[in-house]
Amino acid sequence: MRVLAALSGGVDSSVAAALLGEDGHEVVAVTMKLWGGESDTGCCSVSEVEDARRAAAQLNLDHHVFNFGEEFEEHVVGPYVADHAAGRTPNPCVECNRHLKFDVLLRRAELLGYDAVATGHHARVVTLLDGSRRIARGADSAKDQSYVLYTLTAHELDRVLLPIGALTKDQVRERAAALQLRTAAKPDSQDVCFITRAAGREAFLEQRIELHPGRIQDENGTTVGTVSAVEVVTLGQRRGLHLAGGAAPRYVVDVDLPTATVTVGGPEELLCDELELENLVWAAEECEGVMNLQCSAHGAALPATVSLQFGEQDQATVRVQWHEPHRRIATAQSVVMYAQRETTTGTEQVVVGGGLVR
Amino acid sequence: MIRSPGKPNQTAVAEVALTRTAPTQHELIRPDSPLNDLVDLDHAATTSLRPEVAAAMEPFGSSRYGNPSGSHRLARDAVRAVDEARERIAGVVGCRPSEVIFTSGGTESDNHAITGGLPARTSLPICSAVEHHAVLDVVRALGGSIVGVDRDGRIDHEDLEAVLNSVTTSGLEVGVVSVMLANNEVGSINDLSAVAACIAQSSRSEAGRSEAGRSEASRANPAGTGRIPLHTDAVQAAAWLDLRIAAAAADMISLSAHKLGGPKGIGALVVRESTQIRPMILGGGQERDRRSGTLNVAGIVGFAAALDAVDEQRDLTNHRVAELREQLMRGLVESVDGLTETVDRSETLPGSCHVCIDGVDSESLLLLLEAEGVLASAGSSCASGAREASHVLTALGVAEESAQGAVRFWLGWDSTQGDVDVALRAVPAAVKRVREFGR
Repeated sequence: MRVLAALSGGVDSSVAAALLGEDGHEVVAVTMKLWGGESDTGCCSVSEVEDARRAAAQLNLDHHVFNFGEEFEEHVVGPYVADHAAGRTPNPCVECNRHLKFDVLLRRAELLGYDAVATGHHARVVTLLDGSRRIARGADSAKDQSYVLYTLTAHELDRVLLPIGALTKDQVRERAAALQLRTAAKPDSQDVCFITRAAGREAFLEQRIELHPGRIQDENGTTVGTVSAVEVVTLGQRRGLHLAGGAAPRYVVDVDLPTATVTVGGPEELLCDELELENLVWAAEECEGVMNLQCSAHGAALPATVSLQFGEQDQATVRVQWHEPHRRIATAQSVVMYAQRETTTGTEQVVVGGGLVR
Repeated sequence: MIRSPGKPNQTAVAEVALTRTAPTQHELIRPDSPLNDLVDLDHAATTSLRPEVAAAMEPFGSSRYGNPSGSHRLARDAVRAVDEARERIAGVVGCRPSEVIFTSGGTESDNHAITGGLPARTSLPICSAVEHHAVLDVVRALGGSIVGVDRDGRIDHEDLEAVLNSVTTSGLEVGVVSVMLANNEVGSINDLSAVAACIAQSSRSEAGRSEAGRSEASRANPAGTGRIPLHTDAVQAAAWLDLRIAAAAADMISLSAHKLGGPKGIGALVVRESTQIRPMILGGGQERDRRSGTLNVAGIVGFAAALDAVDEQRDLTNHRVAELREQLMRGLVESVDGLTETVDRSETLPGSCHVCIDGVDSESLLLLLEAEGVLASAGSSCASGAREASHVLTALGVAEESAQGAVRFWLGWDSTQGDVDVALRAVPAAVKRVREFGR
C-alpha cells in the first residue's frame, strides 16, 4: 500500500513509520503544522517538526509538512475556547483526531493518491467477522489510546493503520533504539499541545475570552473560598481550589456560570446513576445493551446499560444507566463504549461508539 | 560576446521533459529519486548554478585557499581574485568597485541598508508594502512607515509623497526610502528614477519649509542637505534587469548571488560614495571598515562569474524566457477555469508567472504538482510554514479567498520548452483533482 505516515516528532510515530517500511509499504512521512503559538510538548513546535524530519531522513522517507493551522483553529482551538466560555470541559485531543488527523489529513492523503494514513497511536484496528473494522485496545494497557480514537467512522477505519498497536511502549523504545532513531529516548508528550505548562490553561483562555472570578460555597451556601476564573473549574475537580485544609476532601459538585458560583461537597455528592451522551459516533446498530464505558483517557471501563433515544428533531442521544453509582462526568467530556465482539483474531473488547456528555 | 544560453545538457533535459510519459498518477517522489527529473518552476526561490560559476569557483575549493586579509603570496592570490571579482561586479552594476560591500546575502544587505549600521539610525525608514521581509521587518522594528502599492505591485507615488510629508511635518527625519526594484512574488518592476524624483521633490519642498520655519527636521539632519537616500532590494531583479539603467537612481543596492545562478551565502550591498553608512558587523574591518569578517573568496568569485554570465546572455535569455512565460501564462489561462493573472505581466520580470486559482487550496495543488514532478510555490519561499495570505497579495488588494489559491511559477535562465509543456499538462489535471476533492 501507499501509506502517508503522520510523524509527530515523537518515538511512537517514528517507529510506526519504520514498521510500515519493513512491511513493504510505500511510505511517505508528513508532519502537520497545526499551531503557530507557544507550545512546550506539542506536536507542532519547531523542534518537533525538526525531530520528525530527521527521523524520516534516518528511515530514508520523504517528509512533508502540511500546514493545517486554520483547520486546527477552526475545529480544535476555537471550540476549546468556546466550550470553556460556556462552562463545558472539552477534550481537544479527541477533536484533533476527529477533525485533523482522520479527516483533513486523510482527505489530503486521498487527494494525493495514498491508500492509507498511519499514526503512532497505541491502539489496534481489528476486523469483525462481517469484515467491518473496529478500534481495539493497544497491547500496552497503560498506554492504550483507543479512547481518543472512538470518532473514527467506517470509511476512516478502512484507511487507517496503527502499526505500533501490537507493541508495548518498552518494545517501541527498543525498536527505536535498535534503529538508532533520534526520537528513541524522547519523553512522552502530555497535556494539551497548544497550552504551555508554565502559563497554563487560564493564561491561555484569558487571551481569548473574558474570565470571571467566582465564589466557592459549600452545600449549605456558605462561602469557603474564591477562584480567579470560574470558566476553568471542572466538575469533580479537587485540586487547585485552595480550600482550608484539615477537612475531608471536597470536590467541585456544581459550577454555575451565570452566578459565578462553584459548589463543593463530599465525594458521595458526585455520584450518579445516569448519563446522557450527544454528538454520537457509533458502529452500525450496536449502540444498545450492556457495555463497558470509559470516561477518561486512561480510566477504567465500567459496565452500564445504554439505550438510544431520539429527540424532537430525531436528534439521537444515548441514555446511560450505570450498574453501580458512578462519578459524574463534566459536560462535553467524551465517553467511549466498549463491547465484546468476535474478530478474525478472537474475542476482543472493541470500541462500538461514543459521544460527548450532555 | 553572446554565449548560447542554457546549461550544456539543456537539449538532453528538454528531450527528457518532452518524452516524459503522460503524468503517471501521483507518483511518489522518493528522497533518493534523481533531482534532475524535476521540472523546476520555482526559480524565484533560487536558481540553478551556472556552469561557468562552478568552474570559476573550483580552484578556490582546493589550492587557492588564501585569506585576502593577509599579505603573503597565498593571501595576495586571494586579494587579486576578490579585486577582479569586485571590478567585474561593479561593471555590471554600474558603480565604482569601492562601492561594493560583500555581504552574506540579500538579507544582510537589506538589514544593513535599512538600519544604516550600528548604532541603528534614529531617523525613520520608509518602504513599500510589498518589500521582502528582510526590509519590511527591519523598517517595522525601527518604527518606520509603510507605503502602499498599486494593483500591479508598484509603489504608489502619491502615497509615498504623503508619507514623506507626514513624517517630516511631524518633526522627524526620514533616514532611508527602500523600494524594491522587482518584487519576488509577482515580479512587478518599479521605476526607481521616478521614485527618486518623488523623494527629491518632497525633500525640496521640505527644505523650503524648513528655511522659512527653522523646523526640527532640518536641525536634526546632520548632513544638512536634506537628501534622503534611496535603497533598492534588487535581489530578484538582478537576474534579469540591467542595473546600470534600472538601478541608476538608487543610492544603495542589495544583491544576492544565488538568485542569478551563483552560490548561496554571498551577496553585496552597493553603497554609492555620496551615501554614508556605518558598519553593522564589527570586527577585523575588512571591506573598508564597512563590514567585517573574512571574505568568502570562492563565493565572491562565483558571484562575479554569475553576474557576468547574466550580463552577457541577458538579451537572449530574457527574450527566450519571456516567450516561454507567455506560452505558460496563456496556456494556463486557457486551460484552467477561474485562473487569473495576478498582475499585468507586461511590466514584470520575464520569468515571473504568478496566478490565483479560484476554489483551490494552493498547498494541495502544489503537492499534487510535485507528485507529477513539477515544482512551484505558493509565495515567497521564506513564507512557507504559514498558510496565511502573503503580505504582497494583501497589499495588492487580492481577496483572501483568491490568495488561498495563489501559485508562483517562475522560470529561470535554463528553463526549457519541455518544462512549460509538462507544466501545461500537469496544472489543469491537478486543479481538476483538487476541485473534485473539494478544496
